[in-house]
Amino acid sequence: MSGRDAATPTWLGLIPGVVLAALFLVPFGIMLAVSVALRDPSGSGFYTWGFELQSYARVFTFFVGRILFVSMTIAAGAAVISVALALPFTVILAQMSRRAQTVILVILLSVLSLSEVIIGFSVSTLLSQTAGVGNLLALLRITEQPRAYTPSLFALMTGLCYLTFPYSVLVLYPPVARLDPELVEASRTMGASPLRTFFGVTVPLLRAPILGALILVFVFALGSYLLPQVLGRPEHWTLSVHITDQAVYQSNLPFAAAMAVVLLLAALALVGLALLVARERRAA
Amino acid sequence: MRSRLGAFYVAVLMLLLVLPLVVVGGVSLNGGQNLRFPPQDASFRWYGELFRAADWTGPLRNSLVIAAVAALIAVAVALPLALHAWGRGGALSRVLYTLGVAPFMLPPVITALGFLVFWVALGMYGQMAATILSHGIFLVTLPLVTTSLGLQGIDPALLEAARTMGATRGQVLRTVVLPLALPYIISGYAFAFVLSLNEYIIAYMVAGFTVETLPIKIFNSLRYGYSPIMGVVSVLFVGLAILVYGAIGIFGNLPRLLGAEQVREG
Amino acid sequence: MHDLSLRGLTKRFGSVAAVDDLTLDIPGGKFICLLGPSGCGKTTLLRLVAGLEEPTAGRILVGGQDQTDTPTHRRNFGMVFQSLALFPHLSVGDNVAYPLAIRGTPRAQRRARAEELLALVQLPGMADRRVHQLSGGQRQRVAIARGLAIDPRLFLLDEPLSALDANLREHMQIELRQLQTRLGVTTVVVTHDQKEALTMADVVIVMDQGRVQQMGAPMEVYRNPANAFVAGFIGTSNLLPGRLLDTSTLDISGQRLALGPGDRVKCPPGPAILSVRPEDVRFGPDGLPAHVTFIRDLGESVQIILDHAGQEVTALFSPRERPEVAIGHAVTLTFAPGGCVVLAP
Repeated sequence: MSGRDAATPTWLGLIPGVVLAALFLVPFGIMLAVSVALRDPSGSGFYTWGFELQSYARVFTFFVGRILFVSMTIAAGAAVISVALALPFTVILAQMSRRAQTVILVILLSVLSLSEVIIGFSVSTLLSQTAGVGNLLALLRITEQPRAYTPSLFALMTGLCYLTFPYSVLVLYPPVARLDPELVEASRTMGASPLRTFFGVTVPLLRAPILGALILVFVFALGSYLLPQVLGRPEHWTLSVHITDQAVYQSNLPFAAAMAVVLLLAALALVGLALLVARERRAA
Repeated sequence: MRSRLGAFYVAVLMLLLVLPLVVVGGVSLNGGQNLRFPPQDASFRWYGELFRAADWTGPLRNSLVIAAVAALIAVAVALPLALHAWGRGGALSRVLYTLGVAPFMLPPVITALGFLVFWVALGMYGQMAATILSHGIFLVTLPLVTTSLGLQGIDPALLEAARTMGATRGQVLRTVVLPLALPYIISGYAFAFVLSLNEYIIAYMVAGFTVETLPIKIFNSLRYGYSPIMGVVSVLFVGLAILVYGAIGIFGNLPRLLGAEQVREG
Repeated sequence: MHDLSLRGLTKRFGSVAAVDDLTLDIPGGKFICLLGPSGCGKTTLLRLVAGLEEPTAGRILVGGQDQTDTPTHRRNFGMVFQSLALFPHLSVGDNVAYPLAIRGTPRAQRRARAEELLALVQLPGMADRRVHQLSGGQRQRVAIARGLAIDPRLFLLDEPLSALDANLREHMQIELRQLQTRLGVTTVVVTHDQKEALTMADVVIVMDQGRVQQMGAPMEVYRNPANAFVAGFIGTSNLLPGRLLDTSTLDISGQRLALGPGDRVKCPPGPAILSVRPEDVRFGPDGLPAHVTFIRDLGESVQIILDHAGQEVTALFSPRERPEVAIGHAVTLTFAPGGCVVLAP
């Protein structure tokens, strides 16, 4: 930038600053206040302002603990599978011509921006009795009768992987695309096979981005709200589902807010960790 | 990994990715009120029905209005923020930038609940304006990231050159910076538009019972009566996304927009 | 025709002075080359004059007016950047007319002036092309035309030809000089290429470590360097350490050397450095003993590298005058009359 003055006037930062503070920070502040508000037992309104830690006490019970454990296990499973599938995919993708990359990126972005509702609907249709896999297997006479594979843990994991795979690729894409291709070529000239090069050079070089991607994909999967309802059974419902359930159907906003605050802190800690990992890599 | 095996691997995964969409596309062609695949009595009947059936045209209109205006708001907030962060740097702009990116990094249910209590407190719960503003803030991240990328790509010498030729700071912004960043701003708008169209949980929590959007309508239909129209909407959404991203891919540099620094030409 | 004067101009980056207390008067209408190795402060000096950097101390005067506090966009200078900085979103014509558009010149007038300027830089009829359709040399010309669009008070160029290949660069040097002679605009060019400076400049300013080492006409600087740095930086010089015994006798590693009337002595008796251009080194019956270590036939000339008491000495001959020597031969070196400059170490 010019040494004399900045390229933009000072007041320019005010607009987004005020808007974001008013419409993003204030809602979080209110949510924090609601999480310690008194629940109105009559059920007429949602809550009255006050201060009690009742809702937080409920968060740290066995019931919520189990939900949190289930949510995290499911999200972690989906993150590991997605990133494991996405890593070789991204490495190959980054070596393709620009045209091929663009085509694949367009499809990935399209799938990524699809509503969870539509993904849930698509996967459930694919796994249903009347269309897709069940039908196909019956047609090929592998099974006697067409059967549905949803709802089930398998269907839920399939849906989550479908949801998180494009995200994993796009998170891994920048560091993979910036990898010096000569490192890989050097390994090849020294006699390493492609597979050996992948595990001996590419993966170690990308250790930090892979870890970062795992965390980000985990948080992304943790936020999944519709798939557990469409594809899973009630015991697979994640914290996101329960938060909505409490807020909208049980009219217990303080409890929903308290769960959301806990989820927020967990997510912030994890995202912070992912950023830290990314920064350390840049410093190295 | 530039082997045939690698290409095969990519092809298989792409196929798996496209498979559910093919099935849904097939389902949308059913002639009757059922979800069979392969479709029976194939027809485009339900495609017309989407634009006729009153219980679907409402959500369709809602979704389009919300997405168009919310994406505009997102750009209106993101553009000055991106310019500020780019032109000045410093702690304040870093904090603002983090605020702009944060909604997208967190589980959306948190943001959704935050908006719910906010609009309840303001008495705007259940209004379309609340959905629009919530989406606008939630989606700031996309135009913020694309615009920042565009600004970072501008050679600082261009700005200095404009200054030496007599342009004031405002004139430099108007005649050099904005024209060069415009493709990235448009990309950001397109990203935000598509994502708003597909967003469920915030729209649902803020005004789900009064302002039905297409994703909400589909989800309700999943519970209370299937219809091939759900397939139709899915097909249209996929088609629209491919159209928008395809256009960005053709007229812009999608790999660079997504973070690659250099890509082989071809 | 505006003079440029600098009064105690200083620019510090932290504790490093990129430009260190410069006081200079550059006459109007001249072609000035700022010459020096990278990091010598020449680009910083140009950016200070353009107003792109703020001086730590000192004043800048143009045509007698103090410009130090005038913002860049009100100085009415023209500038060509190293990267050229052509706007990729504008056509060639709109690039050239940009300074006029900023000043609110009507469209038709702008268009006419752009055509005129493009004709001036030998690109007639190119106004509607896109920048990326042009070759490197054509872009160079567009940048020059754009810098001249408003009849600038000063025309500043920062390494303008560095992106061009050698042949084109030499051609553009001549073209740029002819253009400046025709327009008479005071022009300051930053370059690290001493041949470029000698080709184009009326006045060469040699800089090192933020200070002016020498300022003068190109041949004056070449023939009569003020110090060892200038002698070494402009052209090739043989620099031999020795001792000045009195104003006309030099001792080089035990050999006495008598200085002639044309030779110049620029230091008091004591330790000194003898600077001799390769074309002034001759083989004679009486002088410094040396032996041949390498011979380079360059076609237009012959370069003979010699070793005198561990010091490398280069001699340059035209092919017709090539002495009959081979690698390993012992010779004695003499210096052409007026070819010796004795400098402070």
